[in-house]
Amino acid sequence: MNEATLQKLKTLAESAKYDVSCASSGTTRANKTGGIGSAAGLGICHSFTEDGRCISLFKIMLTNHCIYDCAYCVNRRSNDIPRTTLTVDELVTLTIEFYRRNYIEGLFLSSGVIRNPDYTMEQMVKVIKELRTVHRFNGYIHAKSIPGASQELVREAGLYADRLSVNIEIPTEQNLKLLAPEKDHQSVYLPMSYIHQGMLENKDERKKFRHAPRFVPAGQSTQMIIGATPETDQQILTLSSSLYQQPSMKRVYYSGYIPVNRSDERLPALVTPPLVRENRLYQADWLMRFYYFTASEITDKGQNNLDLEIDPKLAWALRHPEMFPVDVNKADYEMILRVPGIGVKSAQMIISSRRYGKLGFWQLKKIGVVLKRAQYFITCSELPAQTIQEIKPENLRLQLTEKKKSNPNQLTLNFSA
Amino acid sequence: MNIFLYDASFEGFLTVVFESYRLKIVPDTIVEEAEVLPLFSDNVLHISADEQKAQRVWKGLKKKLSPAACSMISVVFLADDPSIPMLLFRYIRKAIDAPKSIETNFGDSDVLEAAKWYKKVGREAERVRQFVRFQKTEDDIFFAPVAPLHNVLPLAVEHFADRFSDQKWLVYDTRRKYGFFYDLQTTVEVTFDHLQINPRIGKINPDMMAEDESLFQQMWKAYFKSMTIKERINPKLHRQNMPRRFWRYLTEKH
Ligand code: SF4
Repeated sequence: MNEATLQKLKTLAESAKYDVSCASSGTTRANKTGGIGSAAGLGICHSFTEDGRCISLFKIMLTNHCIYDCAYCVNRRSNDIPRTTLTVDELVTLTIEFYRRNYIEGLFLSSGVIRNPDYTMEQMVKVIKELRTVHRFNGYIHAKSIPGASQELVREAGLYADRLSVNIEIPTEQNLKLLAPEKDHQSVYLPMSYIHQGMLENKDERKKFRHAPRFVPAGQSTQMIIGATPETDQQILTLSSSLYQQPSMKRVYYSGYIPVNRSDERLPALVTPPLVRENRLYQADWLMRFYYFTASEITDKGQNNLDLEIDPKLAWALRHPEMFPVDVNKADYEMILRVPGIGVKSAQMIISSRRYGKLGFWQLKKIGVVLKRAQYFITCSELPAQTIQEIKPENLRLQLTEKKKSNPNQLTLNFSA
Repeated sequence: MNIFLYDASFEGFLTVVFESYRLKIVPDTIVEEAEVLPLFSDNVLHISADEQKAQRVWKGLKKKLSPAACSMISVVFLADDPSIPMLLFRYIRKAIDAPKSIETNFGDSDVLEAAKWYKKVGREAERVRQFVRFQKTEDDIFFAPVAPLHNVLPLAVEHFADRFSDQKWLVYDTRRKYGFFYDLQTTVEVTFDHLQINPRIGKINPDMMAEDESLFQQMWKAYFKSMTIKERINPKLHRQNMPRRFWRYLTEKH
């Protein structure tokens, strides 16, 4: 550990920062005596970068040398950037020392490909194995599985990592091949299925032997780059939805393309990353995971791309006036969830409190329903205000977007209700 | 006007409740001994904390209230606001007098207010878990100063004891001038007359630092800086997620 390590750290942090996933949730592990660390159920954000992103894990690359030449990546072979590699020892020490100072929740390790996928994966496994076995580190570990790595190595990594991820990066294979000639979907989907199989087998094993080691307890995740290739939101969401069919797939991340390689003519000349689109995709993803929407509903009626001006739930409601108004005192849970301005929590509270008596606007407000929106889509025990039926979708849209325009930069991930 | 003076401890507060019931005097305000009293202080009662009286009140509350409501009271008491003792006094009085549980009656302004403070205090405790930064001293103690808005250290230390069970650590509230020290066995409350730190940014004196401490601080700062994506800079979101009042002791902010 010295000045040289500091330089390496800077270089590799620069190379690692574009990978979006910083969720360290999904595992609860109390400290085992004699070891260091614990993983809290909901990962703690220990700092926030000046772009407002959470720093929870120490996200770093083993090396930014790479034999591949993916057009969208800063670390591609043809880029002229400083290259360096951290040793296993340096990575282990940095992780532990950062952790002891409460800077981080754990490690998120990725790497460029050196020599070949298996060699690279071996180096990564060495790091996380040493952390877990030699140092008895109980903090969170997320490791990237290198596309093309063998089943044995993915299996071994899964014994030490809380989560593994393989990034799809480009939603269609044809475009992936165009931008990353050395990769294909096989190299992504195979390791994904290794992880999935590993989890299934581990489940059986743990039924038989309660103390069998856990295999990626926090499951797997993946990432897609948005806006580097012409895929529509419909294509992207359909892919996400099929990924979520696998129970081991916990999160799909969407990363607005940041033009790191400006001169490549295969890539669009963007001035700023498509942040609003990225946010809308996260909202749509949310709808699929918690609101019982399907990908085809979110992009129905020829809406191939998400509306940038309004969130996808409101957009769906405006396309489907025939479904509203919804009677909150009678409708089933899934339909109540579809009302703009009603979130999961409020919907649950509506279901449980309407047993005690009919709900009116006042109660709905107390429950946390955003009436400013919801009022046009519901009826309750009181006389309804004007609903979408009277106002008509076009006018309602105008009415609901008017104020928002004054603050177009404001991004929220959740539906604020 | 009935003014109850107490020592600002939880035990002291429970004794106030006890005495108020015993003397049948309802306080108009409950204040810390050190506060300057209003001019027209006609009926001033000095209440000294009494363990037995406090215990009796607490036991009574435990019978009358759910465990969740009891823990709510002890958490809200940590909030740093002059309105808190009276708020809790009214809450307790309502809870004792009401024939039915008042705990979920959010139509009652005191119940609602208490619930709000409960949330605020909890959030501040979470921020302490997030933003504490330890510095390693030459005698292998990991030291962190904090200055939270509310007195939340008692709520946060359990987390540190679990997570950092194989290192000695000391978390110190510089605003309230006390802290918790963990010696690899137990966690004890400590106070220091004079803390050897830079009062502005909370750094321990360089000659007391462990040999590699300053290097790791530099590493973390460099890492933090490199992680920012310039194309996405968003100072408002940054401040919202990491309130300015915590910057003072954040290694990466200096
Ligand atoms: S293999 Fe990974 S590190 Fe290498 S160029 Fe492609 S995306 Fe970048």
